[in-house]
Amino acid sequence: MFGAGGGTSSYREIEETDLVVLWGSNAREAHPIFFHHLLKGLRRGARLFAVDPRRSPSAQWADAWLGIDVGSDIALANAVGNEIIRSGLVNTEFIRRATTGFEEYAAAIAPCTLEEGERLTGVPAALIAELAHEYARAPRAQLCWTLGITEHHTATDNVLALCNLALLTGHVGRYGSGLVPLRGQNNVQGGGDMGALPNKFPGFQDVEDDAVRARFDARWGVRVPPRRGWHLSQMFEAMEKGELRALYVLGENPAQSEADTKRAVRLLEGLEHLVVQDIFLTRTAQLADVVLPAAVAAFETEGTVTSSERRVQRLRPALPPPGEARDDLSILADLSEKLGARWDRPSAEEVWDECRALSPMHAGMRYDRLEALGGIQWPCPSEDHPGTVFLHGRLWDEDPERRGSPAPFSPVEYEPPLDGLSEEFPVRLTTGRRLDSFNTGVQTGSYASPLRRPETIDLCPEDLERLGVGEGELVRVSSRRGAITVPVRLDRSLRPGLAFMTMHFPDQADTNVLTLDSWDPKSGTAEFKATAIRIDPLPAAGDSLLAGTLERAG
Amino acid sequence: MTTIAPVAFRRTVELTIDGRAVTAREGATVLEACRAAGVEIPTLCYLETLTPVNVCRVCVVEVEGGRALVPACSRPVAAGMVVRTDSDRVRTSRRMVLELLASSVDLSTAAGDVHRWIGEYGARPERHGPSAPAAPTRPHAGHHAEPEVGSAATVVQPVKRDNNLYVRDYAKCILCYKCVEACGEDAQNTFAIAVAGRGFDAHISTELDVALPESACVYCGNCIGVCPTGALMFVTEHDLRATGDWDEDRQAVTRTVCPYCGVGCNLEVHVQDDRIVKVTSPLDHDVTSGNLCVKGRFGFAYVEASG
Repeated sequence: MFGAGGGTSSYREIEETDLVVLWGSNAREAHPIFFHHLLKGLRRGARLFAVDPRRSPSAQWADAWLGIDVGSDIALANAVGNEIIRSGLVNTEFIRRATTGFEEYAAAIAPCTLEEGERLTGVPAALIAELAHEYARAPRAQLCWTLGITEHHTATDNVLALCNLALLTGHVGRYGSGLVPLRGQNNVQGGGDMGALPNKFPGFQDVEDDAVRARFDARWGVRVPPRRGWHLSQMFEAMEKGELRALYVLGENPAQSEADTKRAVRLLEGLEHLVVQDIFLTRTAQLADVVLPAAVAAFETEGTVTSSERRVQRLRPALPPPGEARDDLSILADLSEKLGARWDRPSAEEVWDECRALSPMHAGMRYDRLEALGGIQWPCPSEDHPGTVFLHGRLWDEDPERRGSPAPFSPVEYEPPLDGLSEEFPVRLTTGRRLDSFNTGVQTGSYASPLRRPETIDLCPEDLERLGVGEGELVRVSSRRGAITVPVRLDRSLRPGLAFMTMHFPDQADTNVLTLDSWDPKSGTAEFKATAIRIDPLPAAGDSLLAGTLERAG
Repeated sequence: MTTIAPVAFRRTVELTIDGRAVTAREGATVLEACRAAGVEIPTLCYLETLTPVNVCRVCVVEVEGGRALVPACSRPVAAGMVVRTDSDRVRTSRRMVLELLASSVDLSTAAGDVHRWIGEYGARPERHGPSAPAAPTRPHAGHHAEPEVGSAATVVQPVKRDNNLYVRDYAKCILCYKCVEACGEDAQNTFAIAVAGRGFDAHISTELDVALPESACVYCGNCIGVCPTGALMFVTEHDLRATGDWDEDRQAVTRTVCPYCGVGCNLEVHVQDDRIVKVTSPLDHDVTSGNLCVKGRFGFAYVEASG
């Protein structure tokens, strides 16, 4: 944010803060060890607000739970912002010195009264006001979010709406005050850091910046194309148009993880050439022309990953890869040779040192320093730099020159989820994770978790009664794209009209047959969190719980 | 941009440990001061990452002017304090603690230090007589008949194996409370276990003594991570020990990063014969402080499944 693609704070700051807002994050189950740090903060007296459609296991620790309607986050954030302004609780000095665009922002959100907020979000006006006042008055506050904010068609705007609140109150750039996006996978942050984005080089340097590109051209001895590439959602659109005909997939299972999987599989099948590099013969790999068996990154390879607090840490091989499987780096090196390049089989450390030479924010992170310091948080511009605990401290500098360019407010407008509720599809389905499982279950399906239970559609007691079905009975769940059959489970953390499923068991119930693949034009993230569905009881199907729970619509 | 977290500057105090003048940070414990001075204090219930509970009494030291021996793990240093860590009184007390534990608990898988201390302090658990015979029907520690004169009461009982991830062998439990602390406020905050019963009947129990799958347990295994005696153990380790195949000399421990969410927990992967037999996390890394979740600690089967 504000120019750097990473969370501003360290985990230890949440232990010493005064107020925590968990917004669209069930960290208790999705980021359990981060939640340990949060609990230490609560034990020291911090207050916790949870904004979540579900009264999730995280929300159950909160002083106040804001049970928001799915996808109305911007409406809530704008109402909070407006209440902070209206109550005279803004940090005037910080806004004047360190931000731009306050007037436009204030004018844009002026119509977002508490009453309007309540109407759009379902959160009582008094609770919105409480969050606004407590967040603004807290000496230090941490605002944390996860996929509940980003798996929407308005993902980027959702994040901007939260950043605006931090700028209003000065809750950024100080120890204990910050913005904390919790990454869902062990190297989502590192992928971004390393330039696995269509428009970035390592270190978030812009591909379309001639001066930056010249440095990479010189180092690599090639001309890097001067245009940005496609992100995942654009790639699928390009497949649709026939502009993308060959695909090389490394360690991803889009045939099951993409929203609207029926479309994803159709497009993958339509490719002229598909190469999949993975540790398993995933559903996607089964569609491939060539499968390259890979080593397990965390246990069988050398390299680095970056965590949600910008900490770069080393991976080390504990085991040799099985059979013909090889680590990604050596596969890529071989491939490069076949394509006519000469990489001379670099070691992971040599690749890393090249990255350090080209990415200023990683420059000081020698392997032996990463080892000695237990990882280093970027930016780390030199080999005597200890790494950075929190970002944007410059915004508080007295000296305008060191303070640098101000952080802009970004007025954003609420737009409801694209998959609207209707008489035909009256129930809102949202998705998420369970504690013991991960994504499509490729990694977690094989350990003997005592917590594991089959996929269900979770509903509140009122909805079970309305449908006239009991727990464990099968229902047919339909969206505008497809239908599946799945057993019902009672979940008191849900509210009437809100259903919950995971994506952990696609072979039992392919949740992503239901979801919509419309995506945020700014970030390319699909709207997994908001699907309109209908639920129909199946006649006399209650006894076939374990038999074929998957049924695709034609 | 250089931003450094605030550093707390603390004052120091002067004290005497075994006749030596020592400087310690104000607020440090006697144990920390002793360790800094290179003086070994045995501990069983103490761990850097947990709140001291003062139950094992094996760390006691003598403080001049004090009526009773004091637990070094929780007593803060004070200016002018005179501490003796190796007086007869201290040695007698430690010997008694070690002897009573060793006579009633199976310490066969306890950390090597425990056996060394038993020798160094001259504890002779055998003088309490042979262990009273096992009564397999006892549901938990302490459900014992009064042992015959001349035999030692024990906490022996059947191993609890009610899930596929870890076993609980409370015949090896010294009631140090570490698992309770790790399950509770000091780390996990799940509160699945507590100490139930009093005196020799005291034992670690889930609510209403139900099996783990019926309890609040979320299988983070943070209790295993802190257990000093092997009462709590990975199923893999337990089974390899049962067949005599557990061999730490053949094991390598590699530090890597958990493959799951983006928190970046460090894993210590214990591998024997190209097989992962246990996963721990470093106590001294401030991301985890030794703690993990169920996926990080147990979710490694896929590595072998990929072979």
